[in-house]
Amino acid sequence: MESSQAVYEALKSAGIDFVVSLPCVNLGKIMEMVDCDSDIIHVPVTREEEGFGICAGAFMGGKNPAILMQNSGLGNSVNVLASLFKLYNFPILMIMSHRGTVGEFMSAQVPMGKATPRVLDALEIAYFHPKIPEEALKIIPEAWILAKTASAPLGILLDINFW
Amino acid sequence: MERIEAIKRIAEQLNDELVICNIGFPSRELYHVKDSPTHFYMLGSMGMASSIGLGLTLAQERKVVVLDGDGSVLMNMGSLVTIYNQSPENLILVVLDNECYGSTGSQCSYAKTVDLLELAKSVGFKETFLLKSDVDYKNFKNVLETKGPVFVHVKVDPGNADVPIIDLEPEKIKSRFMGEVKRID
Ligand SMILES: Cc1ncc(C[n+]2csc(CCOP(=O)(O)OP(=O)(O)O)c2C)c(N)n1
Ligand SMILES: [Mg+2]
Repeated sequence: MESSQAVYEALKSAGIDFVVSLPCVNLGKIMEMVDCDSDIIHVPVTREEEGFGICAGAFMGGKNPAILMQNSGLGNSVNVLASLFKLYNFPILMIMSHRGTVGEFMSAQVPMGKATPRVLDALEIAYFHPKIPEEALKIIPEAWILAKTASAPLGILLDINFW
Repeated sequence: MERIEAIKRIAEQLNDELVICNIGFPSRELYHVKDSPTHFYMLGSMGMASSIGLGLTLAQERKVVVLDGDGSVLMNMGSLVTIYNQSPENLILVVLDNECYGSTGSQCSYAKTVDLLELAKSVGFKETFLLKSDVDYKNFKNVLETKGPVFVHVKVDPGNADVPIIDLEPEKIKSRFMGEVKRID
Protein backbone atom coordinates (compact mmCIF):
# COMPACT_ATOMS: atom_id res chain seq x y z
CA MET A 1 0.00 0.00 0.00
CA GLU A 2 1.22 3.51 -0.81
CA SER A 3 2.27 5.46 2.31
CA SER A 4 0.38 8.74 1.70
CA GLN A 5 -2.78 6.85 0.72
CA ALA A 6 -2.55 4.83 3.94
CA VAL A 7 -2.27 7.93 6.13
CA TYR A 8 -5.14 9.65 4.32
CA GLU A 9 -7.41 6.62 4.58
CA ALA A 10 -6.50 6.23 8.24
CA LEU A 11 -7.43 9.86 8.94
CA LYS A 12 -10.76 9.28 7.20
CA SER A 13 -11.58 6.15 9.13
CA ALA A 14 -10.55 7.90 12.36
CA GLY A 15 -13.21 10.52 11.61
CA ILE A 16 -10.79 13.43 11.35
CA ASP A 17 -12.68 16.35 9.80
CA PHE A 18 -10.36 19.29 10.49
CA VAL A 19 -6.71 19.40 9.40
CA VAL A 20 -4.07 22.10 9.71
CA SER A 21 -0.83 21.67 7.83
CA LEU A 22 2.62 22.96 7.12
CA PRO A 23 4.53 21.14 4.38
CA CYS A 24 7.34 18.62 4.52
CA VAL A 25 8.43 16.91 1.28
CA ASN A 26 6.85 13.75 2.62
CA LEU A 27 3.48 15.36 3.36
CA GLY A 28 2.72 16.94 -0.02
CA LYS A 29 0.50 14.18 -1.33
CA ILE A 30 -1.52 13.83 1.88
CA MET A 31 -2.03 17.59 1.96
CA GLU A 32 -3.41 17.45 -1.56
CA MET A 33 -5.77 14.61 -0.73
CA VAL A 34 -7.01 16.41 2.36
CA ASP A 35 -7.44 19.61 0.40
CA CYS A 36 -9.58 17.89 -2.24
CA ASP A 37 -11.80 16.27 0.39
CA SER A 38 -14.91 18.40 0.89
CA ASP A 39 -15.67 16.65 4.21
CA ILE A 40 -12.42 17.91 5.72
CA ILE A 41 -11.72 21.55 6.54
CA HIS A 42 -8.08 22.14 5.60
CA VAL A 43 -6.21 25.15 6.98
CA PRO A 44 -2.63 25.71 5.83
CA VAL A 45 -0.78 27.61 8.57
CA THR A 46 2.25 29.89 8.77
CA ARG A 47 3.75 28.16 11.80
CA GLU A 48 2.87 24.90 13.54
CA GLU A 49 2.29 26.62 16.87
CA GLU A 50 -0.50 28.61 15.28
CA GLY A 51 -1.90 25.38 13.87
CA PHE A 52 -2.22 23.92 17.36
CA GLY A 53 -4.11 27.01 18.52
CA ILE A 54 -6.47 26.71 15.56
CA CYS A 55 -7.07 23.02 16.32
CA ALA A 56 -7.90 23.76 19.97
CA GLY A 57 -10.53 26.25 18.79
CA ALA A 58 -11.87 23.83 16.20
CA PHE A 59 -12.17 21.10 18.82
CA MET A 60 -14.24 23.41 21.03
CA GLY A 61 -16.41 24.01 17.99
CA GLY A 62 -17.07 20.28 17.65
CA LYS A 63 -14.40 19.14 15.20
CA ASN A 64 -11.96 16.22 15.33
CA PRO A 65 -8.62 17.90 14.61
CA ALA A 66 -5.28 16.72 13.28
CA ILE A 67 -2.05 18.46 12.32
CA LEU A 68 0.21 17.45 9.43
CA MET A 69 3.72 18.62 10.23
CA GLN A 70 7.42 17.95 10.07
CA ASN A 71 8.99 17.02 13.39
CA SER A 72 10.83 20.37 13.30
CA GLY A 73 7.44 21.95 13.92
CA LEU A 74 7.34 20.25 17.30
CA GLY A 75 10.14 22.58 18.30
CA ASN A 76 7.98 25.52 17.22
CA SER A 77 5.09 24.29 19.32
CA VAL A 78 6.43 23.26 22.72
CA ASN A 79 4.75 26.06 24.65
CA VAL A 80 1.33 25.74 23.07
CA LEU A 81 1.40 21.98 23.71
CA ALA A 82 2.25 22.50 27.37
CA SER A 83 0.32 25.62 28.29
CA LEU A 84 -2.78 25.09 26.14
CA PHE A 85 -3.16 21.39 25.28
CA LYS A 86 -1.82 19.92 28.50
CA LEU A 87 -3.29 22.63 30.68
CA TYR A 88 -6.85 22.33 29.34
CA ASN A 89 -6.70 18.70 28.18
CA PHE A 90 -7.27 19.15 24.46
CA PRO A 91 -6.98 16.16 22.12
CA ILE A 92 -5.26 16.34 18.75
CA LEU A 93 -3.70 13.85 16.37
CA MET A 94 -0.17 14.90 15.41
CA ILE A 95 0.94 13.32 12.15
CA MET A 96 4.67 14.01 12.02
CA SER A 97 7.10 13.32 9.22
CA HIS A 98 10.14 12.40 11.30
CA ARG A 99 13.22 13.68 9.54
CA GLY A 100 16.76 13.18 10.78
CA THR A 101 16.19 9.47 11.28
CA VAL A 102 18.09 6.58 9.67
CA GLY A 103 18.62 7.32 5.98
CA GLU A 104 18.56 11.13 6.34
CA PHE A 105 20.61 12.93 3.70
CA MET A 106 20.45 16.43 5.22
CA SER A 107 22.61 16.99 8.27
CA ALA A 108 20.50 19.98 9.26
CA GLN A 109 17.63 17.63 10.09
CA VAL A 110 19.59 15.45 12.47
CA PRO A 111 19.65 17.45 15.74
CA MET A 112 15.88 18.03 15.87
CA GLY A 113 15.32 14.51 14.59
CA LYS A 114 17.21 13.16 17.58
CA ALA A 115 15.55 15.52 20.03
CA THR A 116 12.01 14.76 18.84
CA PRO A 117 11.22 11.64 20.91
CA ARG A 118 12.73 13.22 23.99
CA VAL A 119 10.79 16.45 23.53
CA LEU A 120 7.61 14.36 23.29
CA ASP A 121 8.64 12.46 26.42
CA ALA A 122 9.34 15.70 28.27
CA LEU A 123 5.85 16.91 27.37
CA GLU A 124 4.40 13.52 28.36
CA ILE A 125 2.90 13.11 24.92
CA ALA A 126 2.43 9.49 23.91
CA TYR A 127 3.37 8.50 20.37
CA PHE A 128 3.42 5.58 17.97
CA HIS A 129 5.80 4.93 15.11
CA PRO A 130 4.19 2.72 12.54
CA LYS A 131 6.90 1.31 10.28
CA ILE A 132 4.84 0.45 7.21
CA PRO A 133 1.66 1.85 5.60
CA GLU A 134 -0.50 -1.12 6.69
CA GLU A 135 0.49 -0.50 10.28
CA ALA A 136 -0.33 3.22 10.00
CA LEU A 137 -3.72 2.38 8.55
CA LYS A 138 -4.49 0.35 11.65
CA ILE A 139 -2.81 2.46 14.34
CA ILE A 140 -3.94 5.99 13.39
CA PRO A 141 -7.69 5.45 14.00
CA GLU A 142 -6.91 3.70 17.30
CA ALA A 143 -4.59 6.56 18.26
CA TRP A 144 -7.34 9.12 17.71
CA ILE A 145 -9.73 7.15 19.95
CA LEU A 146 -6.99 7.10 22.56
CA ALA A 147 -6.36 10.84 22.20
CA LYS A 148 -10.04 11.65 22.53
CA THR A 149 -10.55 9.32 25.49
CA ALA A 150 -7.52 10.69 27.29
CA SER A 151 -8.21 14.28 26.14
CA ALA A 152 -4.57 14.58 25.16
CA PRO A 153 -2.37 15.16 22.16
CA LEU A 154 -1.10 11.98 20.53
CA GLY A 155 1.84 11.70 18.17
CA ILE A 156 2.35 9.54 15.08
CA LEU A 157 6.02 9.55 14.05
CA LEU A 158 6.60 8.51 10.46
CA ASP A 159 10.32 8.12 9.89
CA ILE A 160 12.26 8.30 6.64
CA ASN A 161 11.87 4.65 5.77
CA PHE A 162 8.11 4.79 6.20
CA TRP A 163 7.78 6.93 3.07
CA MET B 1 -8.60 55.03 29.42
CA GLU B 2 -6.98 51.88 30.75
CA ARG B 3 -7.62 48.38 29.42
CA ILE B 4 -10.22 47.38 32.03
CA GLU B 5 -12.51 50.27 31.03
CA ALA B 6 -12.26 49.31 27.34
CA ILE B 7 -13.02 45.68 28.24
CA LYS B 8 -16.00 46.80 30.30
CA ARG B 9 -17.44 48.92 27.50
CA ILE B 10 -17.04 46.12 24.99
CA ALA B 11 -18.30 43.35 27.29
CA GLU B 12 -21.45 45.36 28.07
CA GLN B 13 -22.45 45.14 24.42
CA LEU B 14 -21.93 41.40 24.03
CA ASN B 15 -24.73 38.85 24.25
CA ASP B 16 -24.38 35.48 22.60
CA GLU B 17 -20.97 36.10 21.06
CA LEU B 18 -18.26 33.64 22.04
CA VAL B 19 -15.21 35.34 23.53
CA ILE B 20 -11.60 34.18 23.52
CA CYS B 21 -9.62 36.33 25.94
CA ASN B 22 -5.89 36.95 26.06
CA ILE B 23 -3.46 35.69 28.72
CA GLY B 24 -2.78 37.58 31.93
CA PHE B 25 -4.50 40.74 33.09
CA PRO B 26 -6.90 41.00 30.13
CA SER B 27 -8.54 37.71 31.19
CA ARG B 28 -8.46 38.66 34.86
CA GLU B 29 -10.06 42.00 34.12
CA LEU B 30 -12.76 40.49 31.91
CA TYR B 31 -13.51 37.85 34.55
CA HIS B 32 -13.79 40.59 37.17
CA VAL B 33 -15.96 42.89 35.03
CA LYS B 34 -18.29 40.12 33.88
CA ASP B 35 -18.02 36.34 33.91
CA SER B 36 -19.96 34.18 31.46
CA PRO B 37 -19.86 30.66 30.04
CA THR B 38 -19.36 32.39 26.68
CA HIS B 39 -15.87 33.37 27.84
CA PHE B 40 -12.79 31.26 27.24
CA TYR B 41 -10.01 32.60 29.45
CA MET B 42 -6.69 31.66 27.89
CA LEU B 43 -4.41 31.24 30.88
CA GLY B 44 -1.21 30.35 29.01
CA SER B 45 -0.06 30.03 25.38
CA MET B 46 0.74 33.69 24.70
CA GLY B 47 -0.11 34.62 21.12
CA MET B 48 -2.67 31.86 20.56
CA ALA B 49 -5.92 33.76 21.26
CA SER B 50 -6.46 34.79 17.63
CA SER B 51 -5.64 31.26 16.45
CA ILE B 52 -8.08 29.64 18.87
CA GLY B 53 -10.66 32.16 17.71
CA LEU B 54 -9.98 31.34 14.07
CA GLY B 55 -10.36 27.59 14.63
CA LEU B 56 -13.61 28.16 16.48
CA THR B 57 -15.07 30.32 13.70
CA LEU B 58 -14.21 27.73 11.07
CA ALA B 59 -15.84 24.94 13.10
CA GLN B 60 -19.18 26.57 13.88
CA GLU B 61 -21.32 29.54 12.92
CA ARG B 62 -21.63 31.67 16.02
CA LYS B 63 -19.83 35.01 16.18
CA VAL B 64 -16.47 34.89 17.90
CA VAL B 65 -14.86 37.94 19.48
CA VAL B 66 -11.15 37.61 20.31
CA LEU B 67 -9.78 40.03 22.89
CA ASP B 68 -6.08 40.08 22.06
CA GLY B 69 -3.10 42.26 22.99
CA ASP B 70 -0.45 44.12 21.00
CA GLY B 71 2.44 42.04 22.38
CA SER B 72 0.58 38.82 21.65
CA VAL B 73 -0.31 39.83 18.11
CA LEU B 74 3.36 40.67 17.53
CA MET B 75 4.33 37.21 18.83
CA ASN B 76 1.97 35.40 16.43
CA MET B 77 1.83 37.82 13.52
CA GLY B 78 1.39 35.02 10.99
CA SER B 79 -2.06 34.56 12.45
CA LEU B 80 -3.21 37.76 10.72
CA VAL B 81 -2.15 36.27 7.39
CA THR B 82 -3.94 32.99 8.05
CA ILE B 83 -7.10 34.75 9.25
CA TYR B 84 -7.11 36.97 6.16
CA ASN B 85 -6.74 33.96 3.86
CA GLN B 86 -9.37 31.85 5.62
CA SER B 87 -11.64 34.89 5.77
CA PRO B 88 -14.11 33.78 8.48
CA GLU B 89 -17.24 35.94 8.35
CA ASN B 90 -17.92 35.38 12.04
CA LEU B 91 -14.57 36.53 13.47
CA ILE B 92 -13.96 39.86 15.18
CA LEU B 93 -10.36 40.35 16.28
CA VAL B 94 -10.11 43.08 18.90
CA VAL B 95 -6.58 44.15 19.77
CA LEU B 96 -6.26 45.98 23.07
CA ASP B 97 -3.16 48.00 22.32
CA ASN B 98 -1.41 49.58 25.29
CA GLU B 99 1.90 49.64 23.37
CA CYS B 100 3.40 47.38 26.01
CA TYR B 101 3.56 43.99 27.67
CA GLY B 102 1.11 45.07 30.32
CA SER B 103 0.80 41.86 32.28
CA THR B 104 4.53 41.57 32.90
CA GLY B 105 5.09 45.13 34.07
CA SER B 106 4.33 47.29 31.04
CA GLN B 107 7.64 46.97 29.22
CA CYS B 108 7.40 48.71 25.80
CA SER B 109 6.37 46.67 22.77
CA TYR B 110 7.09 47.57 19.14
CA ALA B 111 3.44 48.58 18.82
CA LYS B 112 4.80 51.97 19.87
CA THR B 113 6.42 52.37 16.46
CA VAL B 114 4.39 49.99 14.28
CA ASP B 115 0.73 50.82 13.75
CA LEU B 116 -1.13 47.52 14.09
CA LEU B 117 -4.16 48.87 12.26
CA GLU B 118 -2.04 49.74 9.22
CA LEU B 119 -0.43 46.34 9.51
CA ALA B 120 -3.82 44.61 9.41
CA LYS B 121 -4.88 46.73 6.44
CA SER B 122 -1.71 45.89 4.56
CA VAL B 123 -2.30 42.18 5.17
CA GLY B 124 -5.64 42.71 3.47
CA PHE B 125 -8.27 43.15 6.18
CA LYS B 126 -11.14 45.07 4.57
CA GLU B 127 -13.15 45.76 7.70
CA THR B 128 -11.07 47.67 10.22
CA PHE B 129 -12.15 49.91 13.09
CA LEU B 130 -10.40 52.13 15.57
CA LEU B 131 -11.94 52.55 19.03
CA LYS B 132 -10.84 55.69 20.78
CA SER B 133 -13.67 58.12 21.53
CA ASP B 134 -16.86 57.52 23.49
CA VAL B 135 -18.76 57.56 20.21
CA ASP B 136 -16.55 54.78 18.82
CA TYR B 137 -17.42 52.59 21.80
CA LYS B 138 -21.13 53.41 21.51
CA ASN B 139 -20.96 52.22 17.90
CA PHE B 140 -19.42 48.87 18.82
CA LYS B 141 -22.78 47.23 18.01
CA ASN B 142 -22.12 48.11 14.36
CA VAL B 143 -18.75 46.42 14.57
CA LEU B 144 -20.47 43.29 15.87
CA GLU B 145 -22.82 43.32 12.91
CA THR B 146 -20.08 43.74 10.32
CA LYS B 147 -19.30 40.75 8.13
CA GLY B 148 -15.85 39.51 9.10
CA PRO B 149 -13.05 39.06 9.38
CA VAL B 150 -13.03 42.32 11.29
CA PHE B 151 -9.96 43.92 12.87
CA VAL B 152 -10.61 46.32 15.73
CA HIS B 153 -7.76 48.43 17.05
CA VAL B 154 -8.38 49.66 20.59
CA LYS B 155 -5.89 52.21 21.86
CA VAL B 156 -5.63 52.14 25.65
CA ASP B 157 -3.27 53.51 28.28
CA PRO B 158 -0.93 51.12 30.08
CA GLY B 159 -2.12 49.91 33.46
CA ASN B 160 -3.50 46.79 35.08
CA ALA B 161 -6.48 46.89 37.42
CA ASP B 162 -6.11 45.49 40.91
CA VAL B 163 -8.17 42.35 40.27
CA PRO B 164 -7.68 38.82 41.62
CA ILE B 165 -6.55 35.81 39.62
CA ILE B 166 -9.19 33.60 38.03
CA ASP B 167 -10.36 30.94 40.45
CA LEU B 168 -11.60 28.50 37.81
CA GLU B 169 -9.82 25.31 36.84
CA PRO B 170 -8.76 25.23 33.18
CA GLU B 171 -10.85 22.09 32.66
CA LYS B 172 -13.86 23.95 34.05
CA ILE B 173 -13.27 26.94 31.75
CA LYS B 174 -13.12 24.56 28.80
CA SER B 175 -16.09 22.35 29.67
CA ARG B 176 -18.52 25.15 30.43
CA PHE B 177 -17.40 27.01 27.29
CA MET B 178 -17.93 23.90 25.17
CA GLY B 179 -21.35 23.41 26.77
CA GLU B 180 -22.18 26.96 25.75
CA VAL B 181 -20.94 26.45 22.18
CA LYS B 182 -23.24 23.42 21.87
CA ARG B 183 -26.22 25.21 23.44
CA ILE B 184 -26.95 27.22 20.31
CA ASP B 185 -25.17 26.31 17.12
C1 LIG C 1 5.78 32.56 25.37
C2 LIG C 1 5.63 33.53 26.45
N1 LIG C 1 6.47 34.58 26.56
C3 LIG C 1 6.29 35.49 27.55
C4 LIG C 1 5.30 35.34 28.48
C5 LIG C 1 5.11 36.34 29.58
N2 LIG C 1 3.93 37.17 29.31
C6 LIG C 1 2.70 36.89 29.82
S1 LIG C 1 1.55 38.03 29.41
C7 LIG C 1 2.68 38.92 28.55
C8 LIG C 1 2.30 40.23 27.94
C9 LIG C 1 1.35 40.15 26.82
O1 LIG C 1 1.26 41.42 26.24
P1 LIG C 1 0.00 41.89 25.46
O2 LIG C 1 -0.44 40.82 24.56
O3 LIG C 1 0.30 43.21 24.85
O4 LIG C 1 -1.11 42.02 26.58
P2 LIG C 1 -1.28 43.11 27.76
O5 LIG C 1 -0.93 42.40 29.03
O6 LIG C 1 -0.39 44.27 27.46
O7 LIG C 1 -2.71 43.49 27.70
C10 LIG C 1 3.93 38.31 28.58
C11 LIG C 1 5.14 38.87 27.92
C12 LIG C 1 4.48 34.20 28.34
N3 LIG C 1 3.46 33.95 29.21
N4 LIG C 1 4.66 33.32 27.35
MG1 LIG D 1 -0.15 45.09 25.53
